[in-house]
Amino acid sequence: MTRAVSRRQFLAIGGGLGLTGALSACASPVLNSITGGQPNTADVIYWNLFGGGDGINMAKMVSSFEQASHLSVESTLLSWGNPYYTKLALAASSGRPPDVAISHLSRLPLLAEAGLLEPVENAGIAAVGINKDKFTPAAWKKATVNGTVYAVPLDTHPFVMFYNVDLAKKAGLLNASGDNLKPMQGRGDFINALKAMKEAGGQYGAISANTADPATTWRWFMTVYSGLAGPIVSDQGAKVTIDGAALEETFAFMQSLTGPLGLMPGNAADDTVTTLFGGGKVGFLFDGEWQIPTYRGVKLPDGKPFNFNVVPFPAILGTKQVAYADSHSLVIPKSSIRSAQRTVHAVAFIKGLLDRSSIWAGGGHIPAWLPVQTSKAFLDLKPQSNYIQAAFKAVYDPPGWYTGAGSDFQNAMGGVITEVLAGGISPRSGVSAMTASLKTFSTAIAPVR
Amino acid sequence: MTTTAATATVVAVEARTTRRSRPAGENQGGWLFATPFLVLYVLFLIGPVVIGLVISLFNTATVKSGLGNWVGTANYAAVLKSSDFWQSMWHSVLFTLLTTPPLVLLPLLFAIFAARISRSRWFFRLAFFAPYVVPSSVVCLIFAFMYTPQTGLISKLFSGVGLSAPNFLGSTSGAWLAVTLLTLWWTFGFNFILYTAAIQDIPEETYEAAAIDGASPWQQIRSITIPMLRSTSSLVLILQILASLKVFDQIYILLSGGPNESTRPVIEYIYDTGFTSYRGGYASAATMVYFVILIVVSAGWALIRRGRNQAATTVNA
Repeated sequence: MTRAVSRRQFLAIGGGLGLTGALSACASPVLNSITGGQPNTADVIYWNLFGGGDGINMAKMVSSFEQASHLSVESTLLSWGNPYYTKLALAASSGRPPDVAISHLSRLPLLAEAGLLEPVENAGIAAVGINKDKFTPAAWKKATVNGTVYAVPLDTHPFVMFYNVDLAKKAGLLNASGDNLKPMQGRGDFINALKAMKEAGGQYGAISANTADPATTWRWFMTVYSGLAGPIVSDQGAKVTIDGAALEETFAFMQSLTGPLGLMPGNAADDTVTTLFGGGKVGFLFDGEWQIPTYRGVKLPDGKPFNFNVVPFPAILGTKQVAYADSHSLVIPKSSIRSAQRTVHAVAFIKGLLDRSSIWAGGGHIPAWLPVQTSKAFLDLKPQSNYIQAAFKAVYDPPGWYTGAGSDFQNAMGGVITEVLAGGISPRSGVSAMTASLKTFSTAIAPVR
Repeated sequence: MTTTAATATVVAVEARTTRRSRPAGENQGGWLFATPFLVLYVLFLIGPVVIGLVISLFNTATVKSGLGNWVGTANYAAVLKSSDFWQSMWHSVLFTLLTTPPLVLLPLLFAIFAARISRSRWFFRLAFFAPYVVPSSVVCLIFAFMYTPQTGLISKLFSGVGLSAPNFLGSTSGAWLAVTLLTLWWTFGFNFILYTAAIQDIPEETYEAAAIDGASPWQQIRSITIPMLRSTSSLVLILQILASLKVFDQIYILLSGGPNESTRPVIEYIYDTGFTSYRGGYASAATMVYFVILIVVSAGWALIRRGRNQAATTVNA
């Protein structure tokens, strides 16, 4: 008589087999996840937040690196903005971060001060020839937090001026050779240029997204304000350092363009901007250089190709030419279990991306890596090479634990500026509204110091 | 969408009314069987609540080890003064106001109808319950496709009959409509199944007797089914209020609290401050405030119910 296996015995045997199977292979993902290790599915695990054209360029750079180096790279694309930074921070603090990740330099202070990043100089970037002298100084400076370098800048992406070449020609704004604008300096020149564009047949002199786009509104504001005064907060965000007079002047100037002078629309959503500028109805567009691909190959309503060029902003208020900008950079999140070998691979990957940043420049960005930035290939690239200077005159978000790309801070500030531009509040009330809005950030107890 | 905790509270309340003394051995066995659950309950519910209570008194950074500086009740003061917190709290309440009436009434209606269908009743029960088992991320992706302007199924239906579709993902009112419809379709089944179970508990003879007395189907529904479902209805109501107040996934995945944070529920506010801004201590304080609000709602309901039960007992005696 055979003894039937009881249900309890059967479960015990099954469970035992299952466990043995899961634990037998030493590097199995199951065991790794129990012990807190990171499954090493590739030589370099890389996280980024690039969709669209930038995503395609990044994929090209990664696969070109893989072919040349014979290292495998697992690249993971996460949602842009807060979701990305949340996942990166939590992965790093729980000890399972990627080997290399993208970070905006404006987002770097918080990540660095929370102790989530490996100082890149400790990781051995000098050994592959990555050092301070080979980068745009402004970007390198922003990659340094409290004297330690935490990121390797990949690019600078400034807020710039697009112009409609045909309208500019009609308005008499082009230089003799016709490949750029005549030099402008100061408020008078700037307003006259916008007026000339409007008279040349534009519906408006200039346009910039200022409805439901707080980030763009904030960038346009920073372009003007930074010509007059320094950062609006300091001491890692704990102190409000608004220059009231400069702020009121900035608001008054911006409001005069949308209000009395009627040179810019006071409420324009993203769609409005693309339709009007891409349709040849507006002379200037104030936007990030990453919008270049949006207007490439666009046809005007009459079927002719849309002809545009991109230049940096002149000095508007004050005499200093500034460019509000941010940078993408490469960081190595801190990990206690990353082997020395993987760190070497990570550094090799970073160097590989820098060397391939001419591909990256296709998206409009200025490579931060000078060997590429000064190469003939990049200097021949138009319109990108028009605004190289913007990278050197870059002004970033003020450093603080709550500032940076896609932050609530930018949304809140943009909200106030939108109201001023739409004429809802006077420049003077704008100053107090911004100060009040800043107070909720500056008085909050900072999570890191 | 975690209704378990709420269910546990409610079950505990129900249990109290039917408690009877049992032999000691049975009691021990009961505890023994409950141990695996109790261990998990202490580890993953009581434990985190206690930890949350402690760190709400410190300036704890989510991504750093250690508690940070002692700040006393400063976090609570900041939460109570924060307009962002109260705005997001209002969004959670608004969601509850929008979803509770349809999610209490419509399942009742459909459960009654489904119970009166004599053939392939299983099909209707399955059809109504099936969406409930789909994960929130999947539901949101499907609805995001359908809500897409110009090309989405629902937007196309509108233009097909010559109407312009509301801006489901881009305007505040459209976003509330979008997330309410999604939630209605998705969680309908849970309340439906509670009603269906209760309807099955009503003895067949009651209907028979009524039918013999010449009651029409409508009279049977009105005078037998609905009154006998009263306790289930009030259970469904409180479960629904608690579940709706806890809304997070649909709004986060479908709208990420947008447009412009105009639909951000309180749990997303806690998530944003705690995990995106690393303000663990502050977020814990916000959680505690929210927790107290939920307790007050549940306790209020329990009191009302007890009062009603006592009244009923007095009448019966």
